[in-house]
Amino acid sequence: MASQDITPVGKDSAKVSLLNDPKFRGYIFQAVAVLVIAGLVYWMVNNTIANLQRANLASGFGFLDGRSGFDISSSPYLAYSSDSTYLQALWVGILNTLTVAFAGIITATIIGFIIGIGRLSHNWLIRKICTVYVEVFRNIPPLLVIFFWYSGVLSVLPQARQSISLPFNTFLNNRGFFFPAPVFGEGAWLAGVGLLVGIAGTFFVRRWAYKRQMATGQQFPVGWTSLGLIVGLPVLALAIKGFPLSFDYPVLGAFNLKGGSQVGPEFMSLFLALSFYTAAFIAEIVRAGIRGVGKGQSEAAHALGLRAGPTTRLVVVPQAMRIIIPPLTSQYLNLTKNSSLAVAIGYPDLVAVGGTILNQTNRSIEVVTIWLVVYLSISVLTSLFMNWFNAKMALVER
Amino acid sequence: MVDSNLSFVRTEMLQGQTPPLAERGVVKWVRTNLFATPIDSVLTIFALLIIAWFLPPVIRWAFIEASWVGPDRSVCATVAQGGIQPEGWSGACWAYVNANFNQFMYGRYPIEEHWRVNLVGIMFVLLLVPLLIPKVPYKALNAITFFFIFPIVAFFLLVGGWLGLSYVETPLWGGLLVTLVISFVGICVSLPLGIILALGRRSKLPVIKMLCVIFIETIRGVPLITVLFMASYMLPLFLPPGVTFDKLLRALIGVALFASAYMAEVVRGGLQAIPKGQYEGADSLGLGYWQKTRLIILPQALKLVIPSIVNTFIGLFKDTSLVSVISMFDLLGIVKQHFSDANWASPQTPISGLVFAGFVFWIFCFGMSRYSLFMENRLDTGHKR
Repeated sequence: MASQDITPVGKDSAKVSLLNDPKFRGYIFQAVAVLVIAGLVYWMVNNTIANLQRANLASGFGFLDGRSGFDISSSPYLAYSSDSTYLQALWVGILNTLTVAFAGIITATIIGFIIGIGRLSHNWLIRKICTVYVEVFRNIPPLLVIFFWYSGVLSVLPQARQSISLPFNTFLNNRGFFFPAPVFGEGAWLAGVGLLVGIAGTFFVRRWAYKRQMATGQQFPVGWTSLGLIVGLPVLALAIKGFPLSFDYPVLGAFNLKGGSQVGPEFMSLFLALSFYTAAFIAEIVRAGIRGVGKGQSEAAHALGLRAGPTTRLVVVPQAMRIIIPPLTSQYLNLTKNSSLAVAIGYPDLVAVGGTILNQTNRSIEVVTIWLVVYLSISVLTSLFMNWFNAKMALVER
Repeated sequence: MVDSNLSFVRTEMLQGQTPPLAERGVVKWVRTNLFATPIDSVLTIFALLIIAWFLPPVIRWAFIEASWVGPDRSVCATVAQGGIQPEGWSGACWAYVNANFNQFMYGRYPIEEHWRVNLVGIMFVLLLVPLLIPKVPYKALNAITFFFIFPIVAFFLLVGGWLGLSYVETPLWGGLLVTLVISFVGICVSLPLGIILALGRRSKLPVIKMLCVIFIETIRGVPLITVLFMASYMLPLFLPPGVTFDKLLRALIGVALFASAYMAEVVRGGLQAIPKGQYEGADSLGLGYWQKTRLIILPQALKLVIPSIVNTFIGLFKDTSLVSVISMFDLLGIVKQHFSDANWASPQTPISGLVFAGFVFWIFCFGMSRYSLFMENRLDTGHKR
């Protein structure tokens, strides 16, 4: 390329050689890029068609209505059997992905915040323990953590007959974690209504309290009221109906535990590994966020007469959240994407189910397209939500 | 001071006294760092309890009870499990790691050809160490050798098939060798490709920009496993009939493309941090686009994002473990494959192998992160706030 890149001005522009006109060169450059890409795509599509014809493979999404013929070990929401269609199998996979991602995000956030705050503690011992945690988990592959829980810990647990019993009638053995399942009797729906009313009430109380504080400066104990509404109303509803709620406790049988609910070792190891692994990254984000709030802020709050508690709650945390949220979002997305490692231990998530279908039907293009669409939609939805949230939290400047 | 002969005025100064016991040495340290407030004391005791509950069993498992050498699984299993250890024994099975160490390092690479891998490893270290130490001269020559000549030499040495070297096909490669090959190639490809993609994304040409954005966002939106599946199942479809592709090469392409999308975003962060005045200054000197980018913008931008680049490398290194899912035997894959080795299968085998693999991964990643910290401090030329 020529070393001179001066945009011609005014009437002289006609005299400059077309080759040296950056605008014209830009068009040429883009046209060449489009041609190359289009040629490449054309070549690949042609090859694909030729390959598919040669191997006598059909294409198109029609196969999704076919009978799947394989079993899925964990389908908590949808009724699924090997007679179901491929489409149903994929739905089960998507729901499983979302379940493990959602559960993992919650625990990873809790552990991450505890560890991240611990790294800023005045206490030397706590600080060191949290540092060791972060440095260990940040520097090993997530897949290894999953295998660690799966082959190293959960599969060497005792058999069902020698289940380890834990508090609250829960049991742990090499077939997973067993816990009492709630059985809702007649009229239990009222509790659900109570919960919804409580949540809605909390929302309105918060808005009213905020308005009142803005107008009069008086504070209202929103936290306690919300707790009372959200917990109290369902309990009250249950009390009216005479507590139609019982638990189905797991009981030790001859070979296995009977009754109760069960979480398989695949889900547990994936969930634990994703939580522990992502928590290390969240801890670093939280630490950076809190340290990113200037010291002057807390000093000013102290000077205004706020004590340590309100200073943290009202001054430091809201500002830290502004720094924390964007990278936190990308960690949530990472966790969701890492849940695809389920395929390595056989937890039927979207990738594992899709992989099985791919092996059965050889529809690699279709299956990969479905993967792309689902994961990209999750990414886009999460980032839209987080952008909205971020805009709400963003600094309002004069 | 005015001299005074009044008898009640002290004429000599008092000797400085040592601070009270509670304000110096270990006692002070413990007081301020462990027992500053009541809550602190509770936390300290709580932490000590956790350590006391956690550490002794781990040390006993990993060192005291562990069986270090042995011919087969009997040293790692209790009598009831068909071994020689007493009932209730629980210790690491390092004997298993010991016995399979060569496998974990080289995979099924022929034993008599191991010297070739070792030679490549020695060359790698000899070229890398001077590159990492800032004081060593001839950086440009060193970098060219490392990034351009070394890969070619390493390729011909490892694959063989010339000068009397026997041909070793890639399915025989495995263990740490494959992990390092994939990460090295991934790093070498992703950095330049990432820079090009980042420049494309910042380009004023709409078509180029759109193409780069689509590529980057698509790759970043999906998990690496799907990219690997794509590389291993769809690449053969895209090529003319009859063209077959080495499995390792497919994994390499997948990993490199994946890493370059992430690298592009990191580099873009650096490009955005360069003040507009730098671009305008370069323009006013009459530099063209490529000169401006090469001489003014990139050196500053890359320097700003060195820590993030190294973080991407660490991520890439960890991600190489995923190739075990598409049935390739990297370090993690080969350790996992050996769980079912009838000669060594015992309840302690999987966890010992995984701890070993985790330790190897950890050493590499931790080393990289420490080096990035060091470079960050060294390159901190005062631009940072």
